[in-house]
Amino acid sequence: MRIEGSAGTGGMAATSNGVQVIDIAGLTLTFDTADGPVYALSNVDLTISEGEFVSFIGPSGCGKTTLLRVIADLERPTGGHIRVNGVSPEEARLRRDYGYVFQSPALYPWRTIEKNVMLPLEIFGLPKAERRERARTFLELVNLKGFERKFPWQLSGGMQQRASIARALSFDPRLLLMDEPFGALDEIVRDHLNEQLLRLWGKTGKTVLFVTHSIPEAVFLSTKIVVMSPRPGRIIDVIDCDLPRERTLDIRETPAFLAIAHRVRDGLRAGHSYED
Amino acid sequence: MTAEALPAPRAAARPLSRIFAGAAGPVAVVVLALLAVWYVAAVLANWSLVAEAFARGGIPATFGDVLAGTLGGERPVLPAPHQILAELWKTVVDTPVTSRRSLVLHGWVTLSSTLLGFAIGALTGIVLAVAIVHLRMLEKSLMPWIISSQTVPILAIAPIIIVVLGSIGIRGVLPKSIISAYLCFFPVTIGMVKGLTSPDVLQRDLMRTYSASVADTLWKLRLPASVPYLFASLKVAVAISLVGAIVAELPTGAQAGLGARLLAGSYYGQTIQIWAALFAAAILAAALVAVVGMVERLVLRAMGARR
Ligand SMILES: Nc1ncnc2c1ncn2[C@@H]1O[C@H](COP(=O)(O)OP(=O)(O)OP(=O)(O)O)[C@@H](O)[C@H]1O
Ligand SMILES: [Mg+2]
Repeated sequence: MRIEGSAGTGGMAATSNGVQVIDIAGLTLTFDTADGPVYALSNVDLTISEGEFVSFIGPSGCGKTTLLRVIADLERPTGGHIRVNGVSPEEARLRRDYGYVFQSPALYPWRTIEKNVMLPLEIFGLPKAERRERARTFLELVNLKGFERKFPWQLSGGMQQRASIARALSFDPRLLLMDEPFGALDEIVRDHLNEQLLRLWGKTGKTVLFVTHSIPEAVFLSTKIVVMSPRPGRIIDVIDCDLPRERTLDIRETPAFLAIAHRVRDGLRAGHSYED
Repeated sequence: MTAEALPAPRAAARPLSRIFAGAAGPVAVVVLALLAVWYVAAVLANWSLVAEAFARGGIPATFGDVLAGTLGGERPVLPAPHQILAELWKTVVDTPVTSRRSLVLHGWVTLSSTLLGFAIGALTGIVLAVAIVHLRMLEKSLMPWIISSQTVPILAIAPIIIVVLGSIGIRGVLPKSIISAYLCFFPVTIGMVKGLTSPDVLQRDLMRTYSASVADTLWKLRLPASVPYLFASLKVAVAISLVGAIVAELPTGAQAGLGARLLAGSYYGQTIQIWAALFAAAILAAALVAVVGMVERLVLRAMGARR
């Protein structure tokens, strides 16, 4: 179901050659601000293979968004090495390798929800019937059936965020970058979308980079959890999450799950105490 | 009236009654006050002229005679409101539109060059803004020219434009429209530059993640985002383009149009005619702005504006 033939084959070929989806070494990013430099990322090393689900967790301001933006070529690193699907982030962006869910919905207010979801599809030149069909499918997936013709301001913040998730999924990118996509949702909807996302991931084998503040959410979804700490933003622990791939919400009560959650919490604590 | 018949007329009347309840009182007071001031001013302005006329004729005139004269003269210094209304009625309603004395005819002549000028000006303004937003260097090189174009008095260049265009065979409505466009493109350019650059970082980043082309970003982000700015500018521009069309009729010795009426009126001291033409222009301008406002409401509603 790829839209851009070149993008798909690029990503797939790279992986079968043993190239990582994300390959980062010694990555540094310093913002020059009026009040002096802000060390948002410092000496980050990270590799992610095809099909992994990687969660990023860490205190506010530790550079999670910045790291995702560097991968998406929305921010330029000041040092280090970075490859996305074996090429520079810019090339990966130009061949539309990833879908990005921003921390806030970023819907265009003059478009209906349906038209917002169809925006990337219009830009990628899909035929009208297919755009309709995909918008319908993915709005249903995020439980927004019946809201197609509404404008963004007529939806709650959480509903808007779900629309933006549908928009990112609509063109079926092999790599998904999601910045706190479920942050604005209530627990029940969150659980539901966690399951939906897990199912989608299991079915499509996408690579997902997922920022969250919720430890249970990270453990439930991930194959790998990256714990970060602030000032300067860096990775302090990478935890393998080797629960079985087919998971249901009950898994959150199992000892294996709690053990991993415990380790993540310890990592976060260590990061915090580092600050004092 | 029966009980069942009541709801319909009431529903229809409600918006009207709300308007009257809200604004009618104050508006009426202001209008009445203005009228009172105007009548006093008319009496004062015309007094000496009328008194002299009576004296010259050797007719003994009472206070009442002079007072009547100040409000009913044929060529007063300042005509009274009822005289202007009578003239408007006569030239709009009682005169066939084919007549040279019909204000409807003159209004139409001016309106047609206004509308053409407005279209040319608005289009030019939008194109210039798009160019300026996309080519950074243009902002530096073009902006000073655009701004200085508006500092030149239009009365000075209007004859030049007409003569130059006339010499290459362009006559009629087009030269007038070009002068009107010359005046009205400016607010559109300024408003559209602001509107086209109004999308925030996040909205632009989204386009970047799709590696959208410049054209896609223009059509799907910048232009839709600039629509509210566009209409704000268009309301100013449409009024200005009417002024431009009238001004363009002055130096050309135009035979028809509100400007021509103003000019003819001042040649022959027909002050009532001048004022009637001025009123017609003001009413026309208000109507044009209202039409743009109506289109604005329709367009913004289709674009999901909150009601
Ligand atoms: N454009 C910018 N200019 C200057 N400083 C910035 C900029 N963007 C981010 N920063 C700084 O970089 C640091 C990391 O920010 P980032 O947004 O990546 O944090 P985060 O981990 O996503 O936080 P949160 O969980 O609150 O979203 C912060 O200290 C922030 O102030
Ligand atoms: Mg963030």
